[in-house]
Amino acid sequence: MRTWIRSFVALWVGVVLVLPAMAPAGTNLPFEGVTVNVLTFTGPQIAEPLQRRGPEFGRRTGARINVVTVPFSDLYQKMLTDMATRTNSFHAFVFAPQWMADFVPAGYLEDLTERVQRDRALQWEDIAPFFRNFSATYGGRIYTIPLDGDFQMVYYRSDILRRVGLTPPETWEDYLKIARALNRQDLNGDGTPDFGSCIAKKRAAQSYWMFWSIAASFLQSQGTQQGSFFDLETMKPLTNNEAFAEALRIYLETGQYGPPDELNWDVGDSRSAFVTGRCALTLDWGDIGTLAIDPKTSRVKDKVGAVILPGTRRVLDRKTGRLADCTPSLCPYAVRGINHAPYAAFGGWSGAINRAAPPRVKDAAYAFLSYMSQPAQSNVDVTIGITGFNPYRISQFRNIQLWVKAGMSEAAARNYLGAIERSLRSPNMVLDLRIPQNQRYQQIVLDTALAKFLARQQTVPQTMKEITDGWEAITNELGRAKQRRAYLESLSIRR
Amino acid sequence: MRSRTPPVPRAWAEAKPASSAHARLLLRSAAWLEAQAPKVFLLPAVALVVALSIVPLFVSLYLSLARLQFVPGGFVLQFVGVANYTKLLVGIERPHFLGVLQPPSVPGWIAGGLAGAVLLAFLARSASRVGAGAFVGRCAFSLVCGLCVWLGMHALSPGGQPGTLLTTLVYVFVGIPVQYGLGLLLAYLCAQDLRGRRFFRVVFLLPMMITPVGIAYTFRILMDLGKGPFAPIWRALGLSEVSWANDPWGARLAVMIGDVWQWTPFMFVVLLAAIESQPEDLLEAALVDGASRWQAFWTITWPQILPVSSTAVLIRLIEAFKIVDLPNVLTNGGPGTATESLTLHAYMAWRTLDIGGSAAVAYMLLFVVTFVTVSYVQLVHRRIVEER
Repeated sequence: MRTWIRSFVALWVGVVLVLPAMAPAGTNLPFEGVTVNVLTFTGPQIAEPLQRRGPEFGRRTGARINVVTVPFSDLYQKMLTDMATRTNSFHAFVFAPQWMADFVPAGYLEDLTERVQRDRALQWEDIAPFFRNFSATYGGRIYTIPLDGDFQMVYYRSDILRRVGLTPPETWEDYLKIARALNRQDLNGDGTPDFGSCIAKKRAAQSYWMFWSIAASFLQSQGTQQGSFFDLETMKPLTNNEAFAEALRIYLETGQYGPPDELNWDVGDSRSAFVTGRCALTLDWGDIGTLAIDPKTSRVKDKVGAVILPGTRRVLDRKTGRLADCTPSLCPYAVRGINHAPYAAFGGWSGAINRAAPPRVKDAAYAFLSYMSQPAQSNVDVTIGITGFNPYRISQFRNIQLWVKAGMSEAAARNYLGAIERSLRSPNMVLDLRIPQNQRYQQIVLDTALAKFLARQQTVPQTMKEITDGWEAITNELGRAKQRRAYLESLSIRR
Repeated sequence: MRSRTPPVPRAWAEAKPASSAHARLLLRSAAWLEAQAPKVFLLPAVALVVALSIVPLFVSLYLSLARLQFVPGGFVLQFVGVANYTKLLVGIERPHFLGVLQPPSVPGWIAGGLAGAVLLAFLARSASRVGAGAFVGRCAFSLVCGLCVWLGMHALSPGGQPGTLLTTLVYVFVGIPVQYGLGLLLAYLCAQDLRGRRFFRVVFLLPMMITPVGIAYTFRILMDLGKGPFAPIWRALGLSEVSWANDPWGARLAVMIGDVWQWTPFMFVVLLAAIESQPEDLLEAALVDGASRWQAFWTITWPQILPVSSTAVLIRLIEAFKIVDLPNVLTNGGPGTATESLTLHAYMAWRTLDIGGSAAVAYMLLFVVTFVTVSYVQLVHRRIVEER
């Protein structure tokens, strides 16, 4: 017994002496003991790469990345209340860059200009100018690090369209025609009828961007600086006219060729349905392109095509307020008489730092955001569907092999990147709303009115009136001149 | 006349201090302390109630009269008077709160006319039976009920839509009678000498123990006609292409079914206790005298459980107005705003940091709940309890 005790004591002493020697040399790690609380929206997309890369970054730097997620509809409020009440429990945010219009003037976000200029590993110039200027910069200063590039596009089943002799949609009428023709056909060979069109239309989610993708080509025809939300002189909303009514009609009609419970579908549902072969067409950000090559879930690998958002031959004539046929003067950027207005919806998820965070935590948070955006990481993440990150670096558009390596055929990669690049280069690209309290304009007034319209709770005129009255009330409340100034500034950014 | 001075402890009174002045001071101090003791003991509870209930009530009242604005480094509350209430009642939030109002249809006029006649008859009857104060109260009750009827006539007519106020009233006044009816039926069955009744008592109680969010998710899956567990049945019936979520009344019905499923156990357990506590000799005597089961229930059991029933309904009445989790998770308030309750309306406003608007909705809810519960207590509950 005594021998046993002696052995145990010796072993214990040995463990106590040896363990510290075996521990990693913590002093070499720059952010040892630093915890960074990062707030973003409930994944899996966006949160997934942060949660996956966090421990990886921690092993290199010693920092602990704690990713906190909330539903998308709660993200804005969570950020604002955390900073405004000086709770400051979150040190970094991955959020919609549109909201900088509220966060930057209030002094909540850290100015990252100097850090970015010193950071060679970030390769700032490799980020496409639009994302550097729209998603990252406010008032000439850099406040966010872009992690994602966002354009909405239309995806179609290339195999099905080829089989039935249809071409990809160029106009919204084409979209409806294809959806009508393919609705209730078996598109994935499982013996059950599928859907002509699948669009996420759930309320309090991300569906209002889908609607604006349709409305944009009716509302903006004279280049990016014309804007699609307000009249530039009066700041009156462009939401109560024939063009807007036509966009509402198309949006409603897509539902006739969609799943029965489409009103409850979020982007996760429409993406899942499309990559499992249940839909002929869908409207989405770049995620479908990479989800379609995921061997675990996709049944449509190399059967997917992407096109720039369909356009229209009739647009809003702002002088008369009527819907008018495209003419060279009315639609100077039209292609074969069709006005395309690719919508940079959302702008792309971007990372920012809470100005009130402790200095060392800010350093660690910046290092993490930079690490996420550096080509070594982002060039991989943008090719993985689940990340929700879409290409935003010039190198990601040029390097086709990156996509081939991820599982895309070369033709599919060229088609996918070509659609994004065509949107990015369009002189009539539609910028998202970036004025104070844009979240109230879009996520509340527009979203609620659209939801009521889709549920047939109100008619087209009632919907247009509700949106117009709601937007006018916000503009009057916040100051028309101030809102107009912010709107004009947001439209004049360099691309 | 009795002295209000509290008694001095005997041991203190018998003590012999060095000086009599000192003793008097000591006695007076002791008496004062004794007199203050109840207040001191009550103070923590009162302070807690004031801090946690009264202060927030006034703060939220102020918030409902203000607008939150963000400024560099923080926020300010700008006083805007009754603007948030005006917005709800006559401004841009009116369709959301009161609904889209259209001229009533013929059935609407008939229903409204009938309801108006009932209210007038109620007032005429009250005029000869109650005192002046009570009559004024009944006039106020009739007026508010009349306004609700008017709102219903206009919002439920073709082209109209109920707002969050009417939707909440539907949840309450349709849901509670159904919950009560089912709860009473189950309680009556479980009070019988049946095999396995103990098992069923536990089973019937389970829904009340599950978190409402869990119930909402469960119903969301159950009611998915295309993918849910009953999908093969719906497919066989040719209903897989139908979605309750697209129809406003279908979605409201789904919310009410979930609410009934969750809260029927509350009625069940209260009514079971009431049924089981009634004296058995009365029942036995009635049955021996040849009364049927129905007669025994209607003439003996029912009058005895009525006061307990009324209390259970009162508790549910207060609680049901606050429904939020089911419509939020099950339908997100949709389609459109069809299933949005007043609490969800307030939450949606709060989520966009329209704190003033949110507080105004919450205060409107408080007015409605207070009016309904006071009316219920005055007109129903008190009468039932007093008659007993």
